[in-house]
Amino acid sequence: MWIVYTLNGLYFAALLFLISLGLNIILGVMGILNLAHGSLYAIGAFIAAWFIIVIGMKVPQIFLYFILLSGLVLAGIVGFLIEKSLIRFMYKRTLEYQLLLTFGALMLLEDVIKMIWGGQAYYASAPFDLLGKVNLFGNVYPAYFLFVMLITLIAGILIWLFMSKTKLGIMLRAISLDREMATGLGLDIDRLSTFAFVLGAGLAGFAGALVVPTTPALLGFGHEPLILAFIVVVVGGLGSLKGALVGSLIVGFTRSFGIAIFPEIELPLLFLIAGIILVVRPQGLFGR
Amino acid sequence: MSFKLRLKSPRWVIYILIFIALLFVPRVLSIHDLMLFQYGLTFAIVALGFNLLLGYTGLLSFGHGAYFAAGAYSVAMIAKYLPEAYSIEILIPSALFFSLILSVIFGFVCVRHTRIFFSILALSLSMLLYALLFKLYHITGGSDGLRVPLPTMLGITFKGMRRPEFLSGTYYYFLLGMFTTSFLVMKGIVSSPFGKALQAIRDNEVRAELIGIRVKRFRFYAFIISGMFTGLGGALWTFVNGHVTADLSHWVFSGEIVYMTLLGGFGTFEGPIIGAMIFTYLKLYAMGNTQYWMFVIGGTLIVLVLLLPNGVAGAFSILWNKIKKKSS
Repeated sequence: MWIVYTLNGLYFAALLFLISLGLNIILGVMGILNLAHGSLYAIGAFIAAWFIIVIGMKVPQIFLYFILLSGLVLAGIVGFLIEKSLIRFMYKRTLEYQLLLTFGALMLLEDVIKMIWGGQAYYASAPFDLLGKVNLFGNVYPAYFLFVMLITLIAGILIWLFMSKTKLGIMLRAISLDREMATGLGLDIDRLSTFAFVLGAGLAGFAGALVVPTTPALLGFGHEPLILAFIVVVVGGLGSLKGALVGSLIVGFTRSFGIAIFPEIELPLLFLIAGIILVVRPQGLFGR
Repeated sequence: MSFKLRLKSPRWVIYILIFIALLFVPRVLSIHDLMLFQYGLTFAIVALGFNLLLGYTGLLSFGHGAYFAAGAYSVAMIAKYLPEAYSIEILIPSALFFSLILSVIFGFVCVRHTRIFFSILALSLSMLLYALLFKLYHITGGSDGLRVPLPTMLGITFKGMRRPEFLSGTYYYFLLGMFTTSFLVMKGIVSSPFGKALQAIRDNEVRAELIGIRVKRFRFYAFIISGMFTGLGGALWTFVNGHVTADLSHWVFSGEIVYMTLLGGFGTFEGPIIGAMIFTYLKLYAMGNTQYWMFVIGGTLIVLVLLLPNGVAGAFSILWNKIKKKSS
């Protein structure tokens, strides 16, 4: 049984890592906490579910897994539009206005989702069912969860390579370290910020698309992951990618073992652990 | 300022005139509008408290729903478990007490931080309360919430009375009294040396520290006072609404509190009160006329942030100054 709990913990952590990584990139590069991040996640989930339902029967099965990328693409596009039309004007404003603007964007997006997809639930479990179950040391475990972990691992490595090896990634890190100095060096902050926001939004949408084969897409889909991602960011440290990884592992395992051992207080337990970490290390584990 | 001087200041004359006008509100408004007005008044108390933190101390809490819920649930829990103590004289102090306890605990963790960190922490902690209220459904009613009967007041029972009758009679004047008290107390706080110190912290933390203000401790006090006002608003709100749910502690509800404060303008003392009133009406009419009310509210919020950053009160004061300049 413990193997299953551990794997579940890794699975939760994988999804949370994708969401909080996006949140953290946006926070680090732009200095804006994106409250609409959960809605971008929900958009990714809805579009993927919709595609799977509408065209899932007509294409070869392997394409179902490529359909999941639609979440990344659409959330990226929506992120682009939001950044260009709203967040653009917020860089020089104070924190209150930045937070409230993304809060307004959250409300707008929730209702846009309702307008487009209506209030009903979308079931798209085909990618989950097709992979079946595997036998791991005498425990039956859904192969799709392993697939999600693998994809997240690949995505994580790609992001890490991108951030540490490519010029674009290094420029993004430069901005998050010292915005003024980066401007002084002649970096095009506006375009890089747009890029960071689109990247973050796309990651959130991708996480949503990965989740949707296991649980139906509903209204208010993004609220809980957003809160969990906040905890990850707070525990791991603002704007730190390493922190996002360790934070998601902590939250993922706490959830998985919490659900198994104390199902009633699983969420409060999580907050308790986060609270203790913050009292001991106020800036988060890897915060500056 | 002495009392006589205050009476001479036009601001206080306006306050007194508005107070007198408020006394006659139940005779003018229909029962439905009066109920809305009472929602507005309770939120005005909340916004006053919230503004002490946002406007005067410069801390943006995205988790004030928690203290609202603390006030509301202390009423609802007493109704359920201690029905013999269910009278307003006991309920209001206990709501204040429980929101005090909660804001001491949460505030202790939060005020060590500022800016975004403070906001996320306040938000996360309010979600902790939400999770507890939601999961412990055999005690708190979970997502169904708890029903709140009419309380007794100074030994008078309102048994057999319907809620609208109760609200349009005694309760309105009680609520108005509480609002006026909150208004005066808050006015006193912000013009006291303590209030001035908070503003000094908001404007320049380092300088405030250097002239001997104990920044963290003062922030902590401001947090507690703000939490208690919010809890009081929550308790008073419960009697109007008649029902409490765990959603009160959800961060989206906290976002609405931030919204109404911004709508009125947190740079001014009176702004948040106006904001709370407008927000109550705006939300109800949006909800009544379209199923996409979040779209309307969210859209208004974005327009507000982009075009009217100082809120309604701020816009008026700018307009007022322009008229003054032209006439002189």
